[in-house]
Amino acid sequence: MATVSAEQDKAAAVQDSAEPEAVVVRFAGDSGDGMQLTGGQFTLSTALAGNDLATFPDFPAEIRAPQGTLFGVSAFQINFGSSDITTAGDAPDVLVAMNPAALKTNVDALKPGGLIIADTGEFTKRNLDKAKYDVSPIDDGSLSKWDVLAFDISAMTIEAVKPFGLGNKEALRCKNMWTLGLALWMFDRDREPVVQWLKNKFANKPEVADANIAALNAGHAYGETAELSGPLRKIQVEALEAEPGLYRTVTGAEAVSIGLVAGAQLAGLSMFFGGYPITPASAILHNLTKMKEFGVTTFQAEDEIAAICAAIGASYAGQLGVTSSSGPGIALKGEAMGLAIMTELPLVIVNSQRGGPSTGLPTKTEQSDLYQAIYGRNGDAPLPVIAARSPTDAFECAIEACRIAVQFMTPVILLTDGYIANAAEPWKVPDPETFEPFPVSFLDAKNGGEKLLPYKRDDRGARPWIKPGTPDLMHRIGGIEKGIDTGNIDYSAEVHQAQTDARRIKVENVADATPEQDVCLGGSSGKLVVVGWGSTYGPIHQAVRRARARGLDVSHVHVRHIWPLPRNLGDLLKGYDNVLVPEMNSGQFKTVLRDQFLVDAKPFNKISGQPFTIAELETAISELHG
Amino acid sequence: MNELTSIETTLKDWETDQEVRWCPGCGDYAILKAVQRTLPQIGADPKNTVFVSGIGCSSRFPYYVESYGFHTIHGRAPAFATGIKLANPELDVWLVTGDGDGMSIGGNHTMHILRRNLDCQIMLFNNEIYGLTKGQSSPTSRLGTPSPSTPLGSVDRPALPCAFALGSGARFVARGFDVSKKLPEVLKAAHAHKGAAFIEIFQNCIVYNKDVFHDFAAPKGAEDQQLWLEDGEPMLFAGGTKGLACDNEEMALNVVDVVDGDWEAAGVMVHDTKNRSLAHMLVELPFGPFPMALGVLYDDPRPTFESVVAEERERSSAGKEPNLAKLLGKGQSWTVEG
Repeated sequence: MATVSAEQDKAAAVQDSAEPEAVVVRFAGDSGDGMQLTGGQFTLSTALAGNDLATFPDFPAEIRAPQGTLFGVSAFQINFGSSDITTAGDAPDVLVAMNPAALKTNVDALKPGGLIIADTGEFTKRNLDKAKYDVSPIDDGSLSKWDVLAFDISAMTIEAVKPFGLGNKEALRCKNMWTLGLALWMFDRDREPVVQWLKNKFANKPEVADANIAALNAGHAYGETAELSGPLRKIQVEALEAEPGLYRTVTGAEAVSIGLVAGAQLAGLSMFFGGYPITPASAILHNLTKMKEFGVTTFQAEDEIAAICAAIGASYAGQLGVTSSSGPGIALKGEAMGLAIMTELPLVIVNSQRGGPSTGLPTKTEQSDLYQAIYGRNGDAPLPVIAARSPTDAFECAIEACRIAVQFMTPVILLTDGYIANAAEPWKVPDPETFEPFPVSFLDAKNGGEKLLPYKRDDRGARPWIKPGTPDLMHRIGGIEKGIDTGNIDYSAEVHQAQTDARRIKVENVADATPEQDVCLGGSSGKLVVVGWGSTYGPIHQAVRRARARGLDVSHVHVRHIWPLPRNLGDLLKGYDNVLVPEMNSGQFKTVLRDQFLVDAKPFNKISGQPFTIAELETAISELHG
Repeated sequence: MNELTSIETTLKDWETDQEVRWCPGCGDYAILKAVQRTLPQIGADPKNTVFVSGIGCSSRFPYYVESYGFHTIHGRAPAFATGIKLANPELDVWLVTGDGDGMSIGGNHTMHILRRNLDCQIMLFNNEIYGLTKGQSSPTSRLGTPSPSTPLGSVDRPALPCAFALGSGARFVARGFDVSKKLPEVLKAAHAHKGAAFIEIFQNCIVYNKDVFHDFAAPKGAEDQQLWLEDGEPMLFAGGTKGLACDNEEMALNVVDVVDGDWEAAGVMVHDTKNRSLAHMLVELPFGPFPMALGVLYDDPRPTFESVVAEERERSSAGKEPNLAKLLGKGQSWTVEG
């Protein structure tokens, strides 16, 4: 019976679906095979074809892992379609496997009936051994529940690039373009943008550009020829009816970078970025080095601590200080964050979360730094925390972080994660004219009659920002407890109580300057609400949509302002019978919600370094909904 | 130092209304006075002057100088100073650190501010002990220093701050001591140097490490043990009766007697603050067989960090408009028609 059901699945998945709503393709190969580039270019072509899309790059921590090994497999998944796409897709419809290891590590994710495209040129004894296959899976029938299209891509690539006189090794590097050509044919995508990109990329090596273009064309031509027989066929995915306007694709790291620049511009400030190399946060440092015309200074510090301290120094001197890292680096910055809280200087700290603890899973995604963000400092040290839900959302969140930092004179943590940082999605480019500026005014004269009061608070609870270089306002600040208004050293009991309260209240006041919590899908009361934060937005949203389509009374609430929480969130959650909190950690936000609102929030956790699938969330929803 | 308009101030103008909280008799008082005496002499402007410190007794310094001041966290003052100076190169930045702050917990930052050559004055108060935490041995404590953390005497070998600075790429290295009348001259030379100027100031911790520098830094009677270096002048000490000569075969300095002031006949070397090899020998001279080398040991400027960062930013921005709309729409984009 298994065979029959596999046949039915096949029929449902690829062969019969003349115009599927969405398709998931995964490219997998050796980390040296250029799978991320292939994926990136396929993404661009797909976006240009008018599909909505989401991607999931999944690559090893090793830079050049030994060839052909299971741990050296690098994959790039893209989900694209004619309706709103919010996740990279659960199970791929098509798997491109460039070697046995890539097949082995990815094939189980493939939908039954899905299509495997494999390069037999790499299915050698040696590579099969490395992938721990006794017999080639292409020959032993173990892939029978999928369609297999296996042929020697390596040989065909070498043949295609022969006229360009490349060595064997260099010729084989064009394999990814051959594969991309085939994929572009399958989904009827234009090759021209890729050709242009190759010409630009290899402007100094025209023979390499030409070889890659030839490989791309050869892969495309193969599709046209091979269509005549076998399982390969063209799949049409209709374009999404998108709002008119200018679009581009953007990764979370890009969105954060330009959002920070926009935020500094809206504040009327130059920006200082202090960073230290760490995966997956380094891309922000790299991006900002190319935006210096906006008054951006980038500083690669000697360590994570120096990176944040230099950023605080720059804020003290009147620029917008920004630092960025991932969990281990954020841990090192903790003491300096305390100083920024104590000296009440604006600062933005971006944490691109990765799997932890310690070095953990550097290239995988997780949401396990929530406690660290909210609580992870010595003393009573509150600061606002914001979490981005997607690559494009990270842009707005970065601006929001800058606004809160300068308006409340406080460090702000912006949480993204490895998934958001690396994943790409189409973005309707916003018009900067529509952004509300929040210009900063520095104190320029004494604010206490004859005296300067550096810690005199405004209605928000924020102290004035005073730049060194301003006449008559010389004063001293530091990490020791401060006298009311004067900021002079004062350890007295009542002052410490009062200033601790003042710092807490100031951060609580941020909730007055941020929107109330909305319900992004479903009713504002009912049987079940799924509460998420961060990059789980996509899978939760789809799972709730599907559950509602099945008639379940379920809503989706997605929280951006993690600290302080929106004023209405507690009452909102109490309007539902059940609260489910899916997280890529062991239940951190669930605990915060329980603590803040005494609601019976139930956890649903996944700590595997991989995003949630829609299916597993749907199951969790069904179980709790009953 | 900065090319700023000099303004007229007096020592009084640099005093704050804060009560100074060092132990009575602490060497820090003398250093504070020396700094407050120097600032008017160099035409410093309180509004453009920033004192940045870490943690420790010495790091309370900014509270007592009527300028901008930032008392930061342990060991990290160089990193804060870097952000401050890059954000506003017009500011005249002074760092105050100690042997624990600058050589132990903050050793890494001391190294990097020196190799980058940020324009600032770094005053490292060396008292060879942790004072504020009640007397533990420090990275500059001599072998065998008894302390609460090393009751049988410290067993780890001390670091030499000036050798560390030079090894880190410092372009200005000087020494002085708390009660020395010549300290303002050393500070002035440091301020005149464009780039990171490292000054080790021996400071007497009268509570936990009293008089460890007595042999060369006693207020009276230790002059013969001081070698005050001056550029272009022979390296003489003990009232001109002794000097340093170079043994070319050994590639080492040695002490020679000078008879009737004829230092040339004795082979005494002339100090050259641009001679890096000589500087390496001077920072390593063991006290005892040799006098303490004081004053400006080395001074050979190179482009400052903030200037090269600014240049790089200009090169990177050349021909680019800061157009936000353009930045947002960058890369390969497409238009959906209405």
